[in-house]
Formats: sequence, structure tokens, C-alpha cells
Amino acid sequence: MKLGELTGEMRLAYKLLVNDRTKFAALLLGITFAVFLMLMMTSLFSGILYRSSSAVINVGAKVWVMDPAVTTPATSIPMPDYVQDAVRSIPGVEYAVPLYSGVGLVKLKDGTFQAATIVGLDDTSLFGRPKMLQGKIEDIYAENGFIIILDADYGKLHSPTIGTEFEINNNRAVIIGMAKVTVSGLFGIPTLYTTYSRAIQYLPQAQFTTSYVLVQPKSPGDVPRIKEEVKRLGYLALTEDEFIDQTAHWYEFHTGLGMNLLIMTVVSFIVGLSISGQTFYTFIIENLERFGALKAIGAKGNELIGMILFQATFTALTGYGLGIGLSAGVTALAKLRLPDYAARLTFPSLGGALVMVIVIVAISSYIGVRRVLRIEPFDIFRS
Amino acid sequence: MTLQTTAKTEIARGAAASTAIEAQNAIVARDLDKFFGEGEARTQALRDVSFEARYGEMLYIVGPSGSGKTTLLSVISGILRPDRGAVTVKGQAIWDMSADQICEFRLKTIGFVFQDYHLFPRLTTAENVAIPLILKKRPWEEALVEAKRFLKVVGLEDRAHLPPVKLSGGEQQRVAIARAVVSQPDVMIFDEPTASLDGDTGRAIVDFVRHEVLNDQRCIVIVTHDARIYEYAHRILRMEDGQLKGVLDGDSIVGD
Repeated sequence: MKLGELTGEMRLAYKLLVNDRTKFAALLLGITFAVFLMLMMTSLFSGILYRSSSAVINVGAKVWVMDPAVTTPATSIPMPDYVQDAVRSIPGVEYAVPLYSGVGLVKLKDGTFQAATIVGLDDTSLFGRPKMLQGKIEDIYAENGFIIILDADYGKLHSPTIGTEFEINNNRAVIIGMAKVTVSGLFGIPTLYTTYSRAIQYLPQAQFTTSYVLVQPKSPGDVPRIKEEVKRLGYLALTEDEFIDQTAHWYEFHTGLGMNLLIMTVVSFIVGLSISGQTFYTFIIENLERFGALKAIGAKGNELIGMILFQATFTALTGYGLGIGLSAGVTALAKLRLPDYAARLTFPSLGGALVMVIVIVAISSYIGVRRVLRIEPFDIFRS
Repeated sequence: MTLQTTAKTEIARGAAASTAIEAQNAIVARDLDKFFGEGEARTQALRDVSFEARYGEMLYIVGPSGSGKTTLLSVISGILRPDRGAVTVKGQAIWDMSADQICEFRLKTIGFVFQDYHLFPRLTTAENVAIPLILKKRPWEEALVEAKRFLKVVGLEDRAHLPPVKLSGGEQQRVAIARAVVSQPDVMIFDEPTASLDGDTGRAIVDFVRHEVLNDQRCIVIVTHDARIYEYAHRILRMEDGQLKGVLDGDSIVGD
């Protein structure tokens, strides 16, 4: 909106606000930093939750069958092989394949060990395979073949290339390709992909071996029936979104992560409210007599309220925009220096920050409006 | 003629006379009482005050501090509701109006010059003068053009772009006058217009108001302590303890 398109009263309010540069700067600073802090907290939280479901997102199966005690993709509980066969026989299932997910110790050339996530893909279909950057996917069937994921943790295996060898639980492993995935893992360890059969051969196993059974339903309408049938088997079937939600819920409410970040977000809100509220209130108080003079001249109460709300809204939206810019800039810079940095600006984070800014503005302007409405033009004469 | 008919005729004559008075005068105040406080702290600021202010007249209200001048000014300008009595401005009983109607009426009919000017330091001089027009929903640019025209009238056209803090006290007072007069009000209210000015500047300001601002369709009411400017008044109402104690006019002003 151009300045010329504002009504006279709004333009008056705009000039009264913006021409008081020191106060306007303090107001903007308060809102900007409040938004920045809130966004950093919520985007970090959002990033952590997103990464906690990285396996689910990267594999991309429509339905995941698992032990009912599973809380997150990283805490899989092996299931007997018959589960896969039983699931395949459920009407509405187009196909079902096993997935292995576990952690192995990689012995590097210098004799040190590094933990790595090992993902074992179904030998037949390689369902859930990553996008290859170097090498060929079919080489995964070669002897001791492993694919390494090029992410922030890749360097922890001494930046291997195709042909690099190392040991996993005293078994020889050879890098046959490099690939990328949509989302990096949460735990800061490298990821290796191989076939399901090799994974269960290399890594020590309990009685059962299947971490998950990945199901492709014939149609979305078949999903409820599949879930019901899996439940009868004594297992749990979740859609991709449900599994992501369950994982997020677990991290939010069972790890203390959610509460800690919530407290920090509330602190940011209180800081923002204090700075902005106090500055806006001071701004109103300093202009109180002049608002009284406007009343005496003939300004109506609702016109004065409109002016104050305009000032508050303009400040809030400008500060909100600056806060988003600052957050995006800091996040981008942080990701350049720290590839593991998890923060992720999402629309819910932006929406949440906007709601909090609106609350800050509503409280600040409510106090201001009350004072302005209470002043009597008679007081202007008496002063 | 029966007693009843006589009474009706008298009432009708009285009403007609009253209407005639209201039509002739810019302001008619009748039987005004105003109290402040409650219980033992209750004080009477106005006691049965009645007067008229005519078109083309510069009327002063004078008296010691606490005599009720400011209260009277507020009551006749629609800012402070009296506990008893009526005020008619330009033939309209202002205290019969709703709060919004009074605001509207003040904006259209009454121009104010406050004791401390109450100019906005963050606006330019021209923007300060344009405020009543902006409140009257005139387009911004049009209001500024009009404001600059009135700044020329008060001799400050070259100060239009400056903030008021860059002006002298006398210049600020003239800006306040331009703001009060820009919407062409029929009634102008001045509250201690010379209180912050030296004698010469004060007299120059009031002389300017008397000769350039006052006209036959306008009435100016000034509350003042400043005896140095009494010579410019057409009439002076003297107040004491909330009551009108006398009226000076003509030669008696200078003599007194």
C-alpha cells in the first residue's frame, strides 16, 4: 500500500509513529527480536522433529507395519518373517517388502570405530533406495557392496569414495556408490545402504530380523482394512503421515525436548512483549496530551482507536517481516557453517510467530487505547 | 382571556424571545451549574452562570485562578457536561446531542487554541495546521494546501515545512491559531493565549486575532489572566467563585 492510499487519519498516525525515529526503532527492535527468538526456537524444534522422521520420509512407503511398542523409526523391534507373508496375503495389499534398520560399528582404516546407521533394502525390489549421485544402484548386489549417503555426517567415515573399504562387525564392506536422501538423520552418524540379506548377515541379530514391513496398498481406500488386519495379527500398521506424527509426538512429550523449547519460546514471547509493550506504552503516554487535544478538536473515540491500532499493526507487521528476514538469514548462514544445523523455517512456525506478534500488539495497543480513551479533553485545558 | 391562555401566550412569547436571542448570539449559556468531587470534597465550580456571546464579538472571561473560567470554557465548548443549565451554540443545544454528535459539532463549529498550543512535534507546521481538515475527512494533499494558505495568513508560509519545535513561542501560537481557524469555525475558544508569551508578542498575537481572525460571522471567547490585552476585548466577563460578578464593555474596559 502506498502512503497516498491511506486515509488522512491513518497517514497522520503513520507520521506520528515513524517520525519519532528513536521510539519507532526501539519498537521494531523489540518485535524483530521477539520474532527472531520465537522463530529460531520453533524452527529448531521443527527441524529436529523433521529429522527424527528422516527414515520414514526417505524410504517413502505408504504403510509401515511394525511392533506396537515402536515409538520412533530408530527404535525398531524386530518381527518374525511370517509377518511379511501374512501382510502380503491381506486383500488390498499390492506388495509388501521387508526393511532392516539398525546401527553398526564401522572400523576405519586408522583403527578407530564409528557408529553408522545401516539400512537394508529388500533384495528383490530395492524399495526405498536413495537417489544415486555416483556409481550404479545394481552394484549393491556386488560382493560386500554398500552405498554411502552424502550428508553432513559423511566425513565421519573419513570421506570414502567408490572402492573404499572398511569393516563392519569384522565383515569386509566396499563402497560401490554415493547417494543422497531427502532428509538427514537426527543422530549425527553416517548412513549406509545395502541389501536386506547382507544387512542381517553383517549385523548381530536377535531371534527375529525384520525391522519393518513396507506395504504398498492397491488404493488409499484399502488402508483402513490393511490396518485392521495387521492389528488382528498383533502388530501395528501406520501410514507414512501417522508414523511421522507418532514420532513427533514421542519427541515432544517423552523426551523433554518439547517442553524445553516451549519454555524458551514463551521466554522469547515475554521478552518481546515486555520490550514492545513498554515502548509502545511510553509512546502513547508521551502523546497522550496530543491525543487529548485531538479529542478536544473533535476526533471521535473510534477514530483515535483506529489510529492506535494502525500504529500497532504497522509496527508489528514491519517487525514481523524483519524478524523473518533475520531468522532466514541467520539460519542460512548457520547451515553454511554447520551442515548439521537442524533449524527449518516452516509455515506453522511462521504462523505461530505471527499469532504471538498479534497477541503482543493486541496487549500493547489495548493498554494504549485504554489510556487514550480515559483522557478527557477537559484535562488539556486544565494542564 | 383566561389565566391559562395568558400563561400559554407568555410561554410562547418567552420561547420566541429565547429563540430570537439564540439566533442573534453565537453562544447562549443559561443557568449553568457544575460540581466536582463527591461528599465533603464536593465543590461547585459554576454557580448559575448565564451569558451570551455575540457574532463579531471578542469576549473575554477573566478572574482569579479557581474562579471557574476553564470550567466555563469547557462547558460552552461541549467538552464538559454541566450538572444544570443549557448551552446553545449557533442555535443548537449542544448538551442535547450524543457524544459523537458533539465531537462532530466541535469539529465543524468550534476552533480551539490551547494554552500550551499542543502542537505535534513530529509533524511539520503545515501538517499540524491541517489536522482539523484531516479529521473532517478532507484528502491529505488538499488539507495541506489549505493549511499552507492559512499559514500565509498568519505570516508563516516560509515555516510550513519545519517542525513546531523550530519556531519561536509567538510563531507556535500563530500556528495554533492557524490550526484553529483553518476549518473556518464560527466560534473560537482561546485558553490563556498569551500566558507563554512576552508582552509585545502577546499583544501582537491578540491584535492579529482581533483584526484578521475575527469577523461578523465569528465569535471569539478568550479566557485570560493577562490585563495587558484587555484593550482588545469587546466585553469582559469577570468571574469569581464560579459566579459571574460583572460585565465590562466599551470605555469601562480601558477605564477599569
